[in-house]
Amino acid sequence: MELNNPALPLETAIATKLDEAIGWARESSLWPMIFGTACCAIEFMSVAASKYDISRFGAEVVRFSPRQADLLIVAGTVTYKQGPILKQIYDQMSEPKWVVSMGACACSGGFYDNYTTMQGIDTIIPVDLYVGGCPPRPEALLDALLSLQKDLRTNKYNSERHKDFKGALDNV
Amino acid sequence: MFENITVPSDKIHQFIKDKYEEGFNYLLDITAIDYTEYVEAQEEEFAVVYVLRHENFKQHVVIKTYLSKLIIESVSYLFKGANWLEREVYDQYGIIFKNHPNLRRILNHKEFVGHPLRKAYPITKGQLLHEVDDLIDEMNNRLLSKEVVCKLDDGHFSECNKDIMFLNLGPSHPASHGTIRTYVALDGETIECAVSEIGYLHRGFEKSCENHSYNQIVPYTDRLNYCSAISNNIAFVKTVEDMLGITLSERAQALRVMLLELSRIEDHVVCLAAVLVDMGGLTNYWYMYNPREDIYDLLSKLTGARLTNSYMRVGGMTNDLYEGFEADLKEVIKKVQYGVEQTLSLIKHNRIFHDRTQNVGVISKEDALSYAMTGPNLRATGVPFDMRKDTPYYGYEKYEFDVVVGSVGDVYDRVMVRFGEIDESIKIIEQVMKNLPEGEVSVKDASVTLPTKEAVYTTIEGAMNQFKLTFEGVKVPVGEHYGSIEATNGELGFYIVSDGSGTPYKVKVKAPSFTAMSAYPEMIEGFQLADAILTLGSLNIIAGEMDR
Repeated sequence: MELNNPALPLETAIATKLDEAIGWARESSLWPMIFGTACCAIEFMSVAASKYDISRFGAEVVRFSPRQADLLIVAGTVTYKQGPILKQIYDQMSEPKWVVSMGACACSGGFYDNYTTMQGIDTIIPVDLYVGGCPPRPEALLDALLSLQKDLRTNKYNSERHKDFKGALDNV
Repeated sequence: MFENITVPSDKIHQFIKDKYEEGFNYLLDITAIDYTEYVEAQEEEFAVVYVLRHENFKQHVVIKTYLSKLIIESVSYLFKGANWLEREVYDQYGIIFKNHPNLRRILNHKEFVGHPLRKAYPITKGQLLHEVDDLIDEMNNRLLSKEVVCKLDDGHFSECNKDIMFLNLGPSHPASHGTIRTYVALDGETIECAVSEIGYLHRGFEKSCENHSYNQIVPYTDRLNYCSAISNNIAFVKTVEDMLGITLSERAQALRVMLLELSRIEDHVVCLAAVLVDMGGLTNYWYMYNPREDIYDLLSKLTGARLTNSYMRVGGMTNDLYEGFEADLKEVIKKVQYGVEQTLSLIKHNRIFHDRTQNVGVISKEDALSYAMTGPNLRATGVPFDMRKDTPYYGYEKYEFDVVVGSVGDVYDRVMVRFGEIDESIKIIEQVMKNLPEGEVSVKDASVTLPTKEAVYTTIEGAMNQFKLTFEGVKVPVGEHYGSIEATNGELGFYIVSDGSGTPYKVKVKAPSFTAMSAYPEMIEGFQLADAILTLGSLNIIAGEMDR
């Protein structure tokens, strides 16, 4: 769908499906909320810096304000002590929202298989995309962003997708 | 120069006081050892270890005392830094410090049951936290001690002369690096009282060391100070090599010096980039961060990884330099110099920068020493302690460089000391590369380093050697050792207890960020809220190293 197509006459109407129009609008205006705790957050700094430049994909408005954000990027190790905070941040974000788990620690605890590290953030919150690596290269995170955008463009947004999710900190 | 002393537990307190009077007034570390599963029978099951440094910075002393009862007198009135160190020992080992002002958990959360570094605690037994600590008790006590609140007859607290507002800074806050929480009591914009909570990135490094072999720990050390991974690698393997009695070849030593200085630059540029962003100077971020990307490119060509290099091994390093490294390094140095030059041209005569940083977040020389701050943060107060000069290793005495010191100990000094150190590090790197000795980069010792691939595939001895070293690890003689180097944030030390096997019995990290953070609440009191952000940034607190 191209809005400023010079081949089209000026006075024109574009017929599309509402879902697709909304998906197209969402695709390039994702606002990330970066929950950066450790080494992966340093790699996220690279993603935001000029060499990799996340703003090429319309996701550079990094705010630490969960209520204004729709893409939660959990970058780094999440410990049990950090758990309730991550849960609170996730709950404060309004729908529609997506969660990217960046790096081995956030995905599975990584090589910190011990008493203090949560063995994956999906213990407490639902995750849409997992990015492997310790830490992942900036390209890997950009790839995750692109695949999320593709999903927004081609598929209908399903707000029910995590309906059956029950985390360890839910209803306690 | 150092000595190990064992003192009976009833005399330990007086002994430390005497040592303090003698001039050992810089407390590096306090830790405990659980001997329940140790190979050699010990006097008691638990021991507490103090590591003190002399005020001339050239000597240190390791004092050990065995405890029959898990209770010991606190030394927090002698050393301000002991407050948090003792809390950590209490948290991890359950040893009670008598007369401690605030003995509570520090790294583990408040719902945690047990003491994880005891041998009886299973490594993988995690415990969920349901609700975050509100820190109000700690805050009330602090407010009471500063007479901002009064205690009423019914036991409640009341504001007596000021209108106080409480605010949580972090842990999910852009300037708190995601993992540091500071709870402040504000009167207008001014911070009356502050208490910090750490441990949000406590990921069990020390416990994980106890079921990994020495070389398997190297990747874990990368993730202590993840802004300069190689310097952590070196600090760890150097301590192990000291225990093994290994001397590296001149080439390996020179390469380590060069890589240490390169990581110092790598670390300082990201710290400076971040602190200037905290101040609102976003342009500086691009100038300082781009050379860091160039360092990444160089390091990934050399080591295979951008950030977490794992380049060092016990007895040397994984591989020698590649052909053309020197030319690449020269390019990178040029880009770093360009970045520094551009940034300085933006801030050097910038009124806003000066107003925001000068006389802000000040810590005096005496307080900095009492908190055992180290590295650039200590040097910014005017104390010229630099292990590269005071206790040289790897031939640092051969290189010509200056120790950069500040005079006031404010944010400005800490920022400028780091700028100065980048220049000095470049000087050292140039000297190393000019006279780089030839030779092997790893020692040739079958009990320490892996055989060549050719030997593994063609001879049975080589194959056996590879198998044994990989599965059992490097066997370190029974004993205890404290080793340290001048890492990017200051003295980074490892206290290793070996039981003669390929896995350490205990590892304790003396982390420079931990001591710097313990001084932070006191440093920001009396300043404005926005200054607290700058102070934190200029201290370069790296949570991975602080919380471990």
